[in-house]
Amino acid sequence: MRILTCVKRVPMTGGKIVLSGDEQAIETKHLGFTISPHEECGVEEAVRLIEANGGESVVLTLGPPEAEEQLRDAMALGADRAIHLVTDGNEWDPQATAAAIVEAIRADEAANSPFDLVCFGNESADSGGYQIGIRVAYALGRPVATGLKGVSLDGSSVRCEQEVPGGRDVYVLPLPAVVTVLEGLNLPRYPSVPAKLRAQRKPLDSSSPARPEPRLEKLRLVVPESQGKEAEILGHGPDAAPAVVEVLQRIGVA
Amino acid sequence: MPTLVYIEEPGDLAQQSLAFARGLGEPLHALTAGQRVEVTGVEHVHHAEGDAFASFAPAAIARAVVEVMGTHSPSAVVASGTPRGNEVLARVAAITDLPLAANCIASTPGDGASVTRTRWGGSLLEEARVHADTLLLTVQPHAVAAEDAAGAAAPVESFTPALRDEDLVVTVRERVGSSAGGVSLAEARVVVSCGRGAGSPEGFGIIEELAGLLGGAVGCSRAVTMAGWRPHTDQVGQTGTKIAPDIYIACGISGATQHMAGCKGAKAILAVNIDPEAPILASADYAVIGDLHEVVPAISAELRKAGTG
Ligand SMILES: Cc1cc2nc3c(=O)[nH]c(=O)nc-3n(C[C@H](O)[C@H](O)[C@H](O)COP(=O)(O)OP(=O)(O)OC[C@H]3O[C@@H](n4cnc5c(N)ncnc54)[C@H](O)[C@@H]3O)c2cc1C
Ligand SMILES: Nc1ncnc2c1ncn2[C@@H]1O[C@H](COP(=O)(O)O)[C@@H](O)[C@H]1O
Repeated sequence: MRILTCVKRVPMTGGKIVLSGDEQAIETKHLGFTISPHEECGVEEAVRLIEANGGESVVLTLGPPEAEEQLRDAMALGADRAIHLVTDGNEWDPQATAAAIVEAIRADEAANSPFDLVCFGNESADSGGYQIGIRVAYALGRPVATGLKGVSLDGSSVRCEQEVPGGRDVYVLPLPAVVTVLEGLNLPRYPSVPAKLRAQRKPLDSSSPARPEPRLEKLRLVVPESQGKEAEILGHGPDAAPAVVEVLQRIGVA
Repeated sequence: MPTLVYIEEPGDLAQQSLAFARGLGEPLHALTAGQRVEVTGVEHVHHAEGDAFASFAPAAIARAVVEVMGTHSPSAVVASGTPRGNEVLARVAAITDLPLAANCIASTPGDGASVTRTRWGGSLLEEARVHADTLLLTVQPHAVAAEDAAGAAAPVESFTPALRDEDLVVTVRERVGSSAGGVSLAEARVVVSCGRGAGSPEGFGIIEELAGLLGGAVGCSRAVTMAGWRPHTDQVGQTGTKIAPDIYIACGISGATQHMAGCKGAKAILAVNIDPEAPILASADYAVIGDLHEVVPAISAELRKAGTG
Protein backbone atom coordinates (compact mmCIF):
# COMPACT_ATOMS: atom_id res chain seq x y z
CA MET A 1 0.00 0.00 0.00
CA ARG A 2 1.02 3.66 -0.32
CA ILE A 3 0.59 6.40 2.30
CA LEU A 4 1.36 10.10 1.96
CA THR A 5 1.85 12.41 4.95
CA CYS A 6 1.91 16.20 4.59
CA VAL A 7 4.02 18.27 7.00
CA LYS A 8 4.79 21.98 7.46
CA ARG A 9 8.04 23.56 8.65
CA VAL A 10 7.47 25.94 11.57
CA PRO A 11 9.78 27.78 14.00
CA MET A 12 10.23 26.35 17.47
CA THR A 13 9.25 29.37 19.49
CA GLY A 14 10.35 29.39 23.11
CA GLY A 15 8.97 31.41 25.99
CA LYS A 16 8.22 34.50 23.95
CA ILE A 17 7.28 35.31 20.35
CA VAL A 18 9.21 38.11 18.64
CA LEU A 19 8.13 39.38 15.21
CA SER A 20 10.26 40.41 12.25
CA GLY A 21 10.42 44.15 11.50
CA ASP A 22 7.75 43.98 8.77
CA GLU A 23 5.33 42.07 11.08
CA GLN A 24 4.91 39.39 8.41
CA ALA A 25 6.62 36.56 10.25
CA ILE A 26 8.19 35.41 13.48
CA GLU A 27 11.82 36.49 13.95
CA THR A 28 13.63 33.19 13.62
CA LYS A 29 17.30 34.22 13.77
CA HIS A 30 17.82 32.33 17.02
CA LEU A 31 15.23 29.60 16.59
CA GLY A 32 15.27 26.00 15.44
CA PHE A 33 12.53 24.53 13.24
CA THR A 34 10.23 21.59 13.50
CA ILE A 35 6.84 20.27 12.37
CA SER A 36 3.62 20.08 14.36
CA PRO A 37 3.45 17.24 16.90
CA HIS A 38 0.20 16.22 15.15
CA GLU A 39 2.08 15.78 11.87
CA GLU A 40 4.92 13.93 13.58
CA CYS A 41 2.36 11.41 14.85
CA GLY A 42 1.02 11.21 11.29
CA VAL A 43 4.48 10.33 9.94
CA GLU A 44 4.97 7.73 12.69
CA GLU A 45 1.56 6.17 12.02
CA ALA A 46 2.25 5.94 8.28
CA VAL A 47 5.61 4.29 8.94
CA ARG A 48 4.01 1.75 11.31
CA LEU A 49 1.25 0.93 8.81
CA ILE A 50 3.81 0.36 6.06
CA GLU A 51 5.97 -1.73 8.39
CA ALA A 52 2.90 -3.89 9.08
CA ASN A 53 1.44 -4.03 5.57
CA GLY A 54 4.36 -3.41 3.20
CA GLY A 55 4.50 -0.68 0.61
CA GLU A 56 5.75 2.86 0.54
CA SER A 57 5.45 5.83 2.86
CA VAL A 58 5.97 9.25 1.27
CA VAL A 59 6.25 12.63 2.99
CA LEU A 60 5.44 15.98 1.34
CA THR A 61 5.97 19.60 2.25
CA LEU A 62 5.36 22.95 0.60
CA GLY A 63 7.94 25.34 1.97
CA PRO A 64 11.28 27.09 1.56
CA PRO A 65 14.46 25.25 0.49
CA GLU A 66 15.35 24.85 4.18
CA ALA A 67 12.23 22.70 4.69
CA GLU A 68 14.31 19.83 3.30
CA GLU A 69 15.44 19.52 6.94
CA GLN A 70 11.90 18.53 8.00
CA LEU A 71 11.61 16.05 5.12
CA ARG A 72 14.91 14.44 6.17
CA ASP A 73 13.66 14.32 9.79
CA ALA A 74 10.52 12.54 8.61
CA MET A 75 12.59 10.09 6.58
CA ALA A 76 14.73 9.47 9.69
CA LEU A 77 11.48 8.37 11.37
CA GLY A 78 11.10 5.87 8.54
CA ALA A 79 9.38 7.56 5.57
CA ASP A 80 10.80 6.14 2.34
CA ARG A 81 10.97 9.21 0.14
CA ALA A 82 9.96 12.86 -0.05
CA ILE A 83 8.28 15.42 -2.29
CA HIS A 84 9.34 19.04 -1.82
CA LEU A 85 7.24 21.83 -3.30
CA VAL A 86 9.75 24.64 -2.99
CA THR A 87 8.61 28.20 -2.21
CA ASP A 88 10.43 31.48 -1.73
CA GLY A 89 9.62 31.37 1.98
CA ASN A 90 6.43 33.44 1.85
CA GLU A 91 3.55 31.52 3.38
CA TRP A 92 0.84 30.30 0.99
CA ASP A 93 -2.80 30.65 1.97
CA PRO A 94 -4.79 27.45 2.67
CA GLN A 95 -6.51 27.24 -0.72
CA ALA A 96 -3.26 27.70 -2.63
CA THR A 97 -1.47 25.18 -0.40
CA ALA A 98 -4.25 22.63 -0.85
CA ALA A 99 -4.30 23.12 -4.63
CA ALA A 100 -0.54 22.60 -4.91
CA ILE A 101 -0.74 19.46 -2.75
CA VAL A 102 -3.60 18.10 -4.89
CA GLU A 103 -1.58 18.65 -8.05
CA ALA A 104 1.47 16.93 -6.55
CA ILE A 105 -0.67 13.98 -5.45
CA ARG A 106 -2.19 13.62 -8.92
CA ALA A 107 1.25 13.71 -10.54
CA ASP A 108 2.68 11.13 -8.14
CA GLU A 109 -0.33 8.85 -8.50
CA ALA A 110 -0.15 9.08 -12.29
CA ALA A 111 3.50 8.01 -12.16
CA ASN A 112 2.98 5.28 -9.56
CA SER A 113 -0.34 4.13 -8.10
CA PRO A 114 -3.00 5.78 -5.90
CA PHE A 115 -2.24 6.54 -2.27
CA ASP A 116 -4.47 4.36 -0.08
CA LEU A 117 -4.25 6.95 2.67
CA VAL A 118 -3.30 10.62 2.71
CA CYS A 119 -2.55 11.90 6.18
CA PHE A 120 -2.53 15.47 7.52
CA GLY A 121 -2.24 17.18 10.87
CA ASN A 122 -5.66 18.30 12.16
CA GLU A 123 -4.24 21.82 12.16
CA SER A 124 -0.87 23.32 11.34
CA ALA A 125 1.20 24.46 14.35
CA ASP A 126 1.59 28.06 13.25
CA SER A 127 -1.38 29.08 11.08
CA GLY A 128 -3.95 26.66 12.51
CA GLY A 129 -6.33 26.94 9.56
CA TYR A 130 -8.08 23.59 10.28
CA GLN A 131 -8.77 23.00 6.60
CA ILE A 132 -6.03 21.84 4.25
CA GLY A 133 -6.63 18.10 4.70
CA ILE A 134 -10.36 18.58 4.16
CA ARG A 135 -9.84 20.70 1.03
CA VAL A 136 -7.49 18.12 -0.46
CA ALA A 137 -9.97 15.30 0.29
CA TYR A 138 -12.86 17.07 -1.45
CA ALA A 139 -10.72 17.99 -4.44
CA LEU A 140 -9.70 14.34 -4.82
CA GLY A 141 -13.23 13.11 -4.16
CA ARG A 142 -12.16 11.00 -1.18
CA PRO A 143 -13.78 10.71 2.25
CA VAL A 144 -12.07 12.43 5.18
CA ALA A 145 -12.30 12.06 8.96
CA THR A 146 -10.67 14.63 11.22
CA GLY A 147 -8.97 15.01 14.59
CA LEU A 148 -8.16 11.32 14.95
CA LYS A 149 -6.44 9.59 17.85
CA GLY A 150 -6.91 6.10 16.42
CA VAL A 151 -6.37 4.89 12.85
CA SER A 152 -6.49 1.20 11.94
CA LEU A 153 -6.74 -0.56 8.61
CA ASP A 154 -9.30 -3.24 8.09
CA GLY A 155 -9.07 -4.69 4.61
CA SER A 156 -10.38 -2.06 2.22
CA SER A 157 -11.46 0.41 4.89
CA VAL A 158 -9.95 2.50 7.65
CA ARG A 159 -11.40 2.68 11.14
CA CYS A 160 -11.02 6.18 12.58
CA GLU A 161 -11.39 7.11 16.25
CA GLN A 162 -12.02 10.65 17.41
CA GLU A 163 -11.86 11.58 21.09
CA VAL A 164 -15.03 13.35 22.25
CA PRO A 165 -16.32 14.18 25.72
CA GLY A 166 -17.54 10.83 27.03
CA GLY A 167 -15.60 8.44 24.81
CA ARG A 168 -14.49 7.95 21.23
CA ASP A 169 -16.58 8.38 18.08
CA VAL A 170 -15.84 5.84 15.38
CA TYR A 171 -15.96 6.49 11.64
CA VAL A 172 -15.31 3.81 9.03
CA LEU A 173 -14.14 5.09 5.65
CA PRO A 174 -13.57 3.12 2.46
CA LEU A 175 -10.06 3.42 0.98
CA PRO A 176 -8.65 5.49 -0.60
CA ALA A 177 -9.29 8.02 2.17
CA VAL A 178 -7.89 11.09 3.86
CA VAL A 179 -7.31 11.41 7.61
CA THR A 180 -6.29 14.33 9.82
CA VAL A 181 -4.66 13.33 13.08
CA LEU A 182 -3.80 14.62 16.54
CA GLU A 183 -0.86 14.22 18.86
CA GLY A 184 -1.51 11.26 21.16
CA LEU A 185 -2.27 8.98 18.20
CA ASN A 186 1.01 7.25 19.05
CA LEU A 187 4.36 8.04 20.68
CA PRO A 188 6.76 8.75 17.79
CA ARG A 189 10.05 6.88 17.92
CA TYR A 190 13.30 8.64 18.60
CA PRO A 191 15.34 8.29 15.36
CA SER A 192 18.63 6.43 15.70
CA VAL A 193 21.88 7.79 14.28
CA PRO A 194 21.96 5.19 11.46
CA ALA A 195 18.34 6.09 10.62
CA LYS A 196 19.36 9.75 10.36
CA LEU A 197 22.27 8.86 8.09
CA ARG A 198 20.06 6.67 5.91
CA ALA A 199 17.56 9.54 5.64
CA GLN A 200 20.22 11.74 4.02
CA ARG A 201 20.41 9.32 1.09
CA LYS A 202 16.69 8.69 0.57
CA PRO A 203 15.15 10.08 -2.66
CA LEU A 204 13.71 13.59 -2.64
CA ASP A 205 11.87 15.09 -5.63
CA SER A 206 11.52 18.83 -5.77
CA SER A 207 9.62 21.25 -7.95
CA SER A 208 8.70 24.92 -7.70
CA PRO A 209 4.99 25.62 -8.24
CA ALA A 210 3.88 29.21 -8.84
CA ARG A 211 2.12 30.97 -5.95
CA PRO A 212 -1.42 32.16 -6.78
CA GLU A 213 -2.86 35.34 -5.26
CA PRO A 214 -3.97 34.61 -1.69
CA ARG A 215 -7.71 34.71 -1.00
CA LEU A 216 -7.06 34.72 2.74
CA GLU A 217 -4.45 37.44 2.67
CA LYS A 218 -2.23 37.86 5.72
CA LEU A 219 -1.82 41.58 6.36
CA ARG A 220 0.20 41.51 9.55
CA LEU A 221 0.90 39.58 12.71
CA VAL A 222 0.30 40.99 16.18
CA VAL A 223 1.60 39.68 19.50
CA PRO A 224 -1.39 39.80 21.87
CA GLU A 225 -0.98 42.25 24.72
CA SER A 226 0.45 40.36 27.63
CA GLN A 227 -1.36 41.09 30.83
CA GLY A 228 1.81 42.77 32.07
CA LYS A 229 1.83 40.35 34.95
CA GLU A 230 4.58 40.21 37.46
CA ALA A 231 4.34 37.09 39.58
CA GLU A 232 4.07 37.69 43.31
CA ILE A 233 6.95 35.72 44.82
CA LEU A 234 5.46 33.78 47.72
CA GLY A 235 8.86 32.68 48.97
CA HIS A 236 11.88 30.53 48.39
CA GLY A 237 12.04 26.78 48.96
CA PRO A 238 9.84 24.78 51.35
CA ASP A 239 9.49 27.77 53.69
CA ALA A 240 7.02 29.22 51.18
CA ALA A 241 4.46 26.48 51.92
CA PRO A 242 2.34 28.45 54.44
CA ALA A 243 2.06 31.38 52.02
CA VAL A 244 0.99 28.99 49.25
CA VAL A 245 -1.71 27.43 51.42
CA GLU A 246 -2.95 30.92 52.30
CA VAL A 247 -3.36 31.67 48.58
CA LEU A 248 -5.14 28.36 48.00
CA GLN A 249 -7.54 29.13 50.85
CA ARG A 250 -8.16 32.64 49.56
CA ILE A 251 -9.02 31.24 46.11
CA GLY A 252 -11.30 28.75 47.84
CA VAL A 253 -9.73 25.50 46.69
CA ALA A 254 -8.26 24.44 50.05
CA MET B 1 -28.30 39.80 3.40
CA PRO B 2 -28.53 37.43 6.34
CA THR B 3 -25.73 35.92 8.38
CA LEU B 4 -26.03 32.15 8.77
CA VAL B 5 -24.79 30.49 11.96
CA TYR B 6 -24.25 26.74 12.29
CA ILE B 7 -25.29 25.75 15.83
CA GLU B 8 -23.86 22.42 16.89
CA GLU B 9 -25.47 22.46 20.34
CA PRO B 10 -27.02 25.12 22.57
CA GLY B 11 -24.81 26.71 25.20
CA ASP B 12 -22.28 29.40 25.87
CA LEU B 13 -20.24 28.80 22.72
CA ALA B 14 -23.35 29.01 20.54
CA GLN B 15 -24.28 32.31 22.20
CA GLN B 16 -20.76 33.59 21.54
CA SER B 17 -20.97 32.78 17.85
CA LEU B 18 -24.44 34.37 17.64
CA ALA B 19 -23.12 37.56 19.24
CA PHE B 20 -20.18 37.59 16.83
CA ALA B 21 -22.46 36.92 13.84
CA ARG B 22 -24.79 39.78 14.85
CA GLY B 23 -21.84 42.12 14.41
CA LEU B 24 -21.47 40.93 10.80
CA GLY B 25 -25.01 41.74 9.74
CA GLU B 26 -28.65 40.92 10.42
CA PRO B 27 -31.02 39.17 10.12
CA LEU B 28 -29.50 36.13 11.77
CA HIS B 29 -30.38 32.68 10.49
CA ALA B 30 -29.38 29.55 12.38
CA LEU B 31 -28.79 26.08 10.98
CA THR B 32 -29.22 23.02 13.17
CA ALA B 33 -29.12 19.34 12.26
CA GLY B 34 -30.28 16.08 13.75
CA GLN B 35 -31.62 16.62 17.20
CA ARG B 36 -33.86 19.66 17.46
CA VAL B 37 -32.46 22.41 19.67
CA GLU B 38 -34.09 25.66 20.66
CA VAL B 39 -32.41 28.79 19.32
CA THR B 40 -33.36 32.26 20.51
CA GLY B 41 -32.44 35.68 19.17
CA VAL B 42 -32.49 34.72 15.50
CA GLU B 43 -34.99 35.35 12.73
CA HIS B 44 -35.10 31.83 11.29
CA VAL B 45 -33.92 28.36 12.16
CA HIS B 46 -33.20 26.02 9.27
CA HIS B 47 -33.35 22.52 10.68
CA ALA B 48 -31.81 19.76 8.55
CA GLU B 49 -33.56 16.47 9.12
CA GLY B 50 -33.48 12.96 7.74
CA ASP B 51 -31.84 9.61 8.48
CA ALA B 52 -28.44 10.99 7.55
CA PHE B 53 -28.46 13.13 10.70
CA ALA B 54 -29.21 10.36 13.20
CA SER B 55 -25.60 10.51 14.43
CA PHE B 56 -23.07 13.28 13.84
CA ALA B 57 -22.52 13.49 10.08
CA PRO B 58 -20.20 16.39 9.24
CA ALA B 59 -20.27 15.90 5.47
CA ALA B 60 -24.08 15.88 5.37
CA ILE B 61 -24.28 18.94 7.65
CA ALA B 62 -21.87 20.79 5.38
CA ARG B 63 -24.03 19.91 2.37
CA ALA B 64 -27.08 21.25 4.24
CA VAL B 65 -25.25 24.52 4.96
CA VAL B 66 -24.33 24.84 1.29
CA GLU B 67 -27.98 24.26 0.33
CA VAL B 68 -29.15 27.09 2.61
CA MET B 69 -26.36 29.30 1.24
CA GLY B 70 -27.86 28.67 -2.19
CA THR B 71 -31.42 29.55 -1.20
CA HIS B 72 -30.76 32.48 1.20
CA SER B 73 -27.47 33.98 -0.04
CA PRO B 74 -25.99 34.86 3.36
CA SER B 75 -23.15 37.38 3.31
CA ALA B 76 -21.39 35.41 6.03
CA VAL B 77 -21.48 31.89 7.46
CA VAL B 78 -20.29 31.45 11.03
CA ALA B 79 -19.64 28.55 13.43
CA SER B 80 -17.85 28.06 16.73
CA GLY B 81 -14.15 27.32 16.54
CA THR B 82 -14.71 23.92 18.14
CA PRO B 83 -13.49 20.68 16.52
CA ARG B 84 -16.93 20.13 14.97
CA GLY B 85 -17.53 23.77 14.04
CA ASN B 86 -14.16 24.01 12.34
CA GLU B 87 -14.68 20.69 10.56
CA VAL B 88 -18.12 21.57 9.20
CA LEU B 89 -17.03 24.99 7.93
CA ALA B 90 -13.87 23.60 6.35
CA ARG B 91 -16.08 21.14 4.45
CA VAL B 92 -18.33 24.04 3.39
CA ALA B 93 -15.24 25.93 2.25
CA ALA B 94 -14.02 22.92 0.29
CA ILE B 95 -17.39 22.42 -1.45
CA THR B 96 -17.82 26.11 -2.33
CA ASP B 97 -14.14 26.89 -2.94
CA LEU B 98 -14.38 29.90 -0.63
CA PRO B 99 -11.65 31.04 1.77
CA LEU B 100 -12.18 30.16 5.46
CA ALA B 101 -10.79 32.13 8.39
CA ALA B 102 -10.67 29.84 11.43
CA ASN B 103 -10.77 30.93 15.06
CA CYS B 104 -11.45 34.64 14.64
CA ILE B 105 -11.72 37.12 17.49
CA ALA B 106 -12.90 40.10 15.40
CA SER B 107 -14.12 40.88 11.91
CA THR B 108 -15.14 43.86 9.81
CA PRO B 109 -17.56 42.73 7.10
CA GLY B 110 -17.95 44.19 3.64
CA ASP B 111 -16.04 44.15 0.41
CA GLY B 112 -12.61 42.77 1.21
CA ALA B 113 -13.71 41.88 4.74
CA SER B 114 -11.01 41.84 7.34
CA VAL B 115 -10.61 39.43 10.20
CA THR B 116 -8.38 39.04 13.22
CA ARG B 117 -7.69 35.38 13.80
CA THR B 118 -5.57 33.37 16.20
CA ARG B 119 -2.41 31.46 15.37
CA TRP B 120 -0.26 29.21 17.50
CA GLY B 121 -3.28 28.25 19.62
CA GLY B 122 -3.87 31.90 20.55
CA SER B 123 -0.27 32.94 21.27
CA LEU B 124 -0.22 35.11 18.15
CA LEU B 125 -2.83 37.09 16.19
CA GLU B 126 -3.11 37.57 12.43
CA GLU B 127 -4.93 40.39 10.69
CA ALA B 128 -6.08 39.17 7.30
CA ARG B 129 -8.20 40.24 4.35
CA VAL B 130 -10.73 37.80 2.94
CA HIS B 131 -11.22 38.02 -0.82
CA ALA B 132 -14.67 36.50 -1.34
CA ASP B 133 -18.33 37.40 -1.75
CA THR B 134 -19.31 35.21 1.17
CA LEU B 135 -17.31 35.36 4.38
CA LEU B 136 -16.73 31.98 6.04
CA LEU B 137 -15.34 32.07 9.55
CA THR B 138 -15.28 30.34 12.90
CA VAL B 139 -15.20 32.12 16.24
CA GLN B 140 -12.38 31.46 18.72
CA PRO B 141 -14.00 29.97 21.84
CA HIS B 142 -14.08 32.16 24.96
CA ALA B 143 -12.60 35.16 23.20
CA VAL B 144 -15.81 37.15 22.62
CA ALA B 145 -18.80 37.95 24.82
CA ALA B 146 -21.82 35.66 24.66
CA GLU B 147 -25.30 37.07 24.10
CA ASP B 148 -28.19 36.36 26.38
CA ALA B 149 -30.18 33.28 25.41
CA ALA B 150 -33.40 34.74 26.82
CA GLY B 151 -36.31 35.53 24.51
CA ALA B 152 -38.69 33.61 22.38
CA ALA B 153 -37.56 30.61 20.36
CA ALA B 154 -37.30 31.40 16.68
CA PRO B 155 -39.59 29.72 14.15
CA VAL B 156 -38.14 26.50 12.78
CA GLU B 157 -38.25 25.55 9.13
CA SER B 158 -37.34 21.89 8.68
CA PHE B 159 -35.88 20.68 5.43
CA THR B 160 -34.36 17.51 4.04
CA PRO B 161 -31.25 18.52 2.15
CA ALA B 162 -30.32 16.81 -1.09
CA LEU B 163 -27.34 14.66 -0.16
CA ARG B 164 -24.88 12.75 -2.29
CA ASP B 165 -23.73 9.20 -1.60
CA GLU B 166 -20.33 10.45 -0.51
CA ASP B 167 -21.96 12.64 2.17
CA LEU B 168 -23.39 9.54 3.84
CA VAL B 169 -20.04 7.82 4.28
CA VAL B 170 -18.66 10.14 6.96
CA THR B 171 -20.90 9.48 9.88
CA VAL B 172 -20.36 8.32 13.46
CA ARG B 173 -20.87 4.53 13.49
CA GLU B 174 -20.55 4.01 17.22
CA ARG B 175 -19.39 5.61 20.46
CA VAL B 176 -16.84 3.46 22.30
CA GLY B 177 -15.15 3.65 25.69
CA SER B 178 -15.90 6.20 28.34
CA SER B 179 -13.83 8.84 30.04
CA ALA B 180 -11.27 7.37 32.39
CA GLY B 181 -13.04 8.37 35.60
CA GLY B 182 -11.55 10.65 38.24
CA VAL B 183 -11.38 14.40 37.79
CA SER B 184 -11.23 15.35 34.10
CA LEU B 185 -8.29 17.57 33.21
CA ALA B 186 -10.36 19.88 31.00
CA GLU B 187 -12.93 20.54 33.73
CA ALA B 188 -10.91 20.36 36.97
CA ARG B 189 -11.04 23.37 39.32
CA VAL B 190 -7.45 22.67 40.32
CA VAL B 191 -4.71 21.30 38.07
CA VAL B 192 -1.28 20.40 39.41
CA SER B 193 1.17 19.94 36.58
CA CYS B 194 4.80 19.01 36.29
CA GLY B 195 7.36 19.32 33.52
CA ARG B 196 10.85 18.10 32.83
CA GLY B 197 11.73 19.24 36.36
CA ALA B 198 10.03 16.07 37.64
CA GLY B 199 13.20 14.25 36.64
CA SER B 200 11.51 10.86 36.25
CA PRO B 201 8.07 9.22 36.18
CA GLU B 202 8.46 8.63 39.92
CA GLY B 203 8.80 12.40 40.33
CA PHE B 204 5.03 12.57 39.75
CA GLY B 205 4.30 10.86 43.07
CA ILE B 206 4.42 14.17 44.95
CA ILE B 207 2.38 15.86 42.19
CA GLU B 208 -0.36 13.22 42.44
CA GLU B 209 -0.36 13.60 46.21
CA LEU B 210 -0.86 17.38 46.06
CA ALA B 211 -3.52 17.09 43.35
CA GLY B 212 -5.31 14.49 45.48
CA LEU B 213 -5.31 16.74 48.53
CA LEU B 214 -6.85 19.56 46.48
CA GLY B 215 -9.33 17.33 44.66
CA GLY B 216 -7.65 18.30 41.41
CA ALA B 217 -6.28 16.66 38.26
CA VAL B 218 -2.67 15.97 37.27
CA GLY B 219 -1.26 17.61 34.15
CA CYS B 220 2.14 17.71 32.49
CA SER B 221 4.18 19.34 29.73
CA ARG B 222 5.09 17.83 26.37
CA ALA B 223 8.67 17.24 27.55
CA VAL B 224 7.10 14.71 29.92
CA THR B 225 4.85 12.95 27.41
CA MET B 226 7.70 12.76 24.88
CA ALA B 227 9.83 11.06 27.54
CA GLY B 228 7.01 8.57 28.04
CA TRP B 229 6.64 9.52 31.73
CA ARG B 230 2.91 10.31 31.44
CA PRO B 231 0.21 9.59 28.83
CA HIS B 232 -0.64 12.28 26.28
CA THR B 233 -4.09 12.65 27.89
CA ASP B 234 -2.29 14.49 30.73
CA GLN B 235 -0.59 17.01 28.42
CA VAL B 236 -1.60 20.63 28.79
CA GLY B 237 -1.00 22.89 25.80
CA GLN B 238 -1.56 23.80 22.19
CA THR B 239 -1.48 20.17 21.09
CA GLY B 240 -2.74 18.80 24.40
CA THR B 241 -5.70 19.65 26.59
CA LYS B 242 -6.89 23.24 27.08
CA ILE B 243 -7.74 23.84 30.73
CA ALA B 244 -9.50 26.60 32.65
CA PRO B 245 -9.15 25.82 36.40
CA ASP B 246 -9.45 28.27 39.28
CA ILE B 247 -5.77 27.66 39.88
CA TYR B 248 -3.04 26.04 37.81
CA ILE B 249 -0.01 24.93 39.78
CA ALA B 250 2.84 24.48 37.28
CA CYS B 251 5.94 22.85 38.73
CA GLY B 252 9.22 22.52 36.85
CA ILE B 253 7.68 23.89 33.64
CA SER B 254 9.56 26.61 31.76
CA GLY B 255 6.52 28.26 30.18
CA ALA B 256 6.95 27.72 26.42
CA THR B 257 4.28 29.56 24.40
CA GLN B 258 2.82 26.21 23.27
CA HIS B 259 2.38 25.13 26.86
CA MET B 260 0.88 28.44 27.93
CA ALA B 261 -1.60 28.27 25.02
CA GLY B 262 -3.29 25.46 26.95
CA CYS B 263 -3.58 27.17 30.34
CA LYS B 264 -4.40 30.76 29.39
CA GLY B 265 -7.92 30.10 30.63
CA ALA B 266 -6.71 29.52 34.22
CA LYS B 267 -7.99 32.14 36.66
CA ALA B 268 -4.67 32.03 38.51
CA ILE B 269 -1.27 30.44 37.85
CA LEU B 270 1.21 29.46 40.54
CA ALA B 271 4.67 28.53 39.23
CA VAL B 272 7.15 26.47 41.22
CA ASN B 273 10.51 26.78 39.52
CA ILE B 274 14.14 26.59 40.55
CA ASP B 275 15.03 29.32 38.05
CA PRO B 276 13.97 32.85 39.00
CA GLU B 277 14.34 33.81 35.31
CA ALA B 278 12.02 31.09 33.93
CA PRO B 279 9.69 32.57 31.24
CA ILE B 280 6.63 31.18 33.03
CA LEU B 281 7.06 33.84 35.72
CA ALA B 282 5.93 36.43 33.15
CA SER B 283 2.49 34.77 32.91
CA ALA B 284 2.15 33.53 36.50
CA ASP B 285 0.29 35.30 39.30
CA TYR B 286 2.26 33.63 42.08
CA ALA B 287 5.62 31.93 42.22
CA VAL B 288 7.75 29.92 44.57
CA ILE B 289 11.43 29.82 43.70
CA GLY B 290 12.93 26.50 44.67
CA ASP B 291 13.34 22.80 44.02
CA LEU B 292 9.93 21.27 43.39
CA HIS B 293 11.03 18.05 45.08
CA GLU B 294 11.21 20.03 48.34
CA VAL B 295 8.52 22.66 47.77
CA VAL B 296 5.66 20.37 46.66
CA PRO B 297 5.85 17.95 49.64
CA ALA B 298 6.06 20.96 51.96
CA ILE B 299 2.82 22.36 50.49
CA SER B 300 1.11 18.97 50.96
CA ALA B 301 2.33 18.78 54.55
CA GLU B 302 1.10 22.31 55.24
CA LEU B 303 -2.32 21.47 53.76
CA ARG B 304 -2.57 18.42 56.03
CA LYS B 305 -1.56 20.58 59.01
CA ALA B 306 -4.22 23.12 58.13
CA GLY B 307 -6.65 20.21 58.11
CA THR B 308 -8.22 21.29 54.84
CA GLY B 309 -6.57 18.68 52.65
C1 LIG C 1 4.05 23.03 17.54
C2 LIG C 1 4.39 22.73 18.95
C3 LIG C 1 3.39 22.33 19.83
C4 LIG C 1 3.69 22.08 21.15
N1 LIG C 1 2.68 21.73 22.00
C5 LIG C 1 2.95 21.62 23.33
C6 LIG C 1 1.92 21.32 24.27
O1 LIG C 1 0.76 21.10 23.92
N2 LIG C 1 2.25 21.27 25.58
C7 LIG C 1 3.53 21.48 26.03
O2 LIG C 1 3.76 21.43 27.25
N3 LIG C 1 4.53 21.73 25.16
C8 LIG C 1 4.27 21.78 23.83
N4 LIG C 1 5.30 22.01 22.96
C9 LIG C 1 6.70 21.95 23.48
C10 LIG C 1 7.16 23.25 24.12
O3 LIG C 1 7.69 24.09 23.13
C11 LIG C 1 8.26 22.96 25.18
O4 LIG C 1 9.31 22.25 24.58
C12 LIG C 1 7.76 22.18 26.39
O5 LIG C 1 6.58 22.75 26.90
C13 LIG C 1 8.84 22.18 27.47
O6 LIG C 1 8.45 21.41 28.58
P1 LIG C 1 9.02 21.76 30.05
O7 LIG C 1 8.66 23.14 30.42
O8 LIG C 1 8.61 20.64 30.93
O9 LIG C 1 10.60 21.57 29.84
P2 LIG C 1 11.76 22.65 29.86
O10 LIG C 1 11.53 23.74 28.89
O11 LIG C 1 13.03 21.89 29.77
O12 LIG C 1 11.66 23.32 31.30
C14 LIG C 1 11.93 22.68 32.50
C15 LIG C 1 11.74 23.70 33.63
O13 LIG C 1 11.87 23.05 34.87
C16 LIG C 1 12.65 23.84 35.75
N5 LIG C 1 13.23 22.88 36.70
C17 LIG C 1 14.14 21.92 36.46
N6 LIG C 1 14.38 21.21 37.58
C18 LIG C 1 13.61 21.74 38.54
C19 LIG C 1 13.39 21.43 39.91
N7 LIG C 1 14.05 20.43 40.52
N8 LIG C 1 12.51 22.17 40.63
C20 LIG C 1 11.84 23.21 40.03
N9 LIG C 1 12.00 23.53 38.74
C21 LIG C 1 12.87 22.81 38.00
C22 LIG C 1 13.64 24.54 34.85
O14 LIG C 1 14.11 25.74 35.47
C23 LIG C 1 12.78 24.82 33.62
O15 LIG C 1 12.12 26.07 33.74
C24 LIG C 1 5.03 22.22 21.61
C25 LIG C 1 6.03 22.60 20.72
C26 LIG C 1 5.73 22.85 19.39
C27 LIG C 1 6.82 23.27 18.47
N1 LIG D 1 2.93 24.13 3.64
C1 LIG D 1 2.44 22.91 3.86
N2 LIG D 1 3.03 21.82 3.29
C2 LIG D 1 2.55 20.57 3.49
N3 LIG D 1 1.49 20.31 4.27
C3 LIG D 1 0.88 21.35 4.87
C4 LIG D 1 1.31 22.69 4.69
N4 LIG D 1 0.50 23.49 5.42
C5 LIG D 1 -0.39 22.69 6.04
N5 LIG D 1 -0.16 21.39 5.70
C6 LIG D 1 -0.89 20.20 6.18
O1 LIG D 1 -2.23 20.54 6.44
C7 LIG D 1 -2.54 20.37 7.83
C8 LIG D 1 -3.57 21.39 8.26
O2 LIG D 1 -3.10 22.70 8.07
P1 LIG D 1 -4.00 23.98 8.30
O3 LIG D 1 -5.20 23.85 7.46
O4 LIG D 1 -3.11 25.13 7.95
O5 LIG D 1 -4.32 23.98 9.77
C9 LIG D 1 -1.19 20.45 8.51
O6 LIG D 1 -1.16 19.82 9.78
C10 LIG D 1 -0.30 19.73 7.51
O7 LIG D 1 -0.46 18.33 7.61
